Amino acid sequence: MGKETVILDAQAIERALNRIAHEILERNRGTEGLALVGIRTGGAHLARRLVERIQAIEGGPVDLGILDITLYRDDLALRKAQPVLRKTEIPFDVTNRRIVLVDDVLFTGRTIRAALDGIMDLGRPRCIQLAVLIDRGHRELPIRPDYVGKNIPTAREERVKVRLLEEGETDAVVVVRP
Amino acid sequence: MTESEGLRRKDLLGIRDLDPDEIQLILDTAESFKEVGTRPVKKVPTLRGKTVVNLFYEPSTRTRTSFELAAKRLSADVINISTSTSSVVKGESLLDTARTLEAMGADYLVVRHPASGVPEQLARILRCRVINAGDGVHEHPTQALLDAFTIREQKGKIQGLQVAIVGDIAHSRVARSNIYALTRLGASVRLCGPATLIPPDIETLGVSVYYDLDAALEGVDVIMMLRIQQERQARAYIPSLREYARRYSLTPERLRRARGDVLVMHPGPMNRGIEIAPEVADGLQSVILDQVTNGVAVRMAVLYLLSGAG
Repeated sequence: MGKETVILDAQAIERALNRIAHEILERNRGTEGLALVGIRTGGAHLARRLVERIQAIEGGPVDLGILDITLYRDDLALRKAQPVLRKTEIPFDVTNRRIVLVDDVLFTGRTIRAALDGIMDLGRPRCIQLAVLIDRGHRELPIRPDYVGKNIPTAREERVKVRLLEEGETDAVVVVRP
Repeated sequence: MTESEGLRRKDLLGIRDLDPDEIQLILDTAESFKEVGTRPVKKVPTLRGKTVVNLFYEPSTRTRTSFELAAKRLSADVINISTSTSSVVKGESLLDTARTLEAMGADYLVVRHPASGVPEQLARILRCRVINAGDGVHEHPTQALLDAFTIREQKGKIQGLQVAIVGDIAHSRVARSNIYALTRLGASVRLCGPATLIPPDIETLGVSVYYDLDAALEGVDVIMMLRIQQERQARAYIPSLREYARRYSLTPERLRRARGDVLVMHPGPMNRGIEIAPEVADGLQSVILDQVTNGVAVRMAVLYLLSGAG
């Protein structure tokens, strides 16, 4: 159990999500064709919150989907036990839609690469954008976010945890030093 | 993302070795795989580059195709070997055949064989993963898993349900695997068939035995009909198929003895009019086709859960 530092508290998370919701609307000029897809498990809750905020600000319908990227991971052959697989629930056609992928922490970029492959297997979106609550650096692939809650420079060995109300915790982003 | 213990095993040889948690894991995983079958592009890259060999020493359409589809949907390469067209007719031994396939890089061997115990023997000797697709009268684990999945999908649970398995229990690996799976998950199992086709002392597996079908079906939640083979008549286990049908066929009248929301299941292929009336097979209670759909998802789950560096 390492030393934990709180980087964002509940209120800071709230403000970041509000700003991201506005940025998504600004960049996409409204909600036309917009759909948010949260990456399990952290991204799914954040995507739902963003959809609520976007609809509160501008009122148009925004589709929400949840993507499980387990089947698209690049490290399955290396793992001794397979990760728990959960359902992908995307109840709309992604073709021609403006998809915003949502995840909690952006790190190496491999999860997002897997998510891109997952979305592409479901159709041909007009465009895919990326919203993350935290960008902690250390990219191993050429992936970059369009919307960022906060940039946190971290050391590789550190862990960044996003705790959310939906999972029974108090909203907080913490960095754990080993 | 939480890490699972996976299946902690190299092979799937039978339900008897699985504990309830492992069975639940397979069923939960299968639910996620069922979604893949609803997409326009029914493929995920998970087992890309892996080789799955279907080694079938007994004919099969259903099981073999199901495994083939499951592997292909996971992007694996599939080879089908049916022994009638292989060098087995030249007298090649089982072990040599299996070792040859492993030497070519088979990652999974899906084996169906008329002799009980063959998959276990292969699993001990080979490094690749062995999946039992039906061995003699011993087990047919993926069938029981897809049956359990279908029941759970329809009823929301398995614990506490009354399930009747009807037919040639003695020669049925499907019955055996289902008995293990259902009792392990907390269902009550009733077996029903002619006395000549129910093994003595089978109650020790935790099931009740009925020789009268009307009594067996009283108030059940699920009815599983097994296929009666033509050759049982030839070997005097039953006097005639007609008499068997009269006493043990699932007719619409008999169906009414069960609960109103009873599920009618059959592993296939069916002998319409013999063990099951056509109206029942095609009726509203029948989930026989769901079993087939679920079979692909369950087999995908098994392939996925057995993969990994292990």
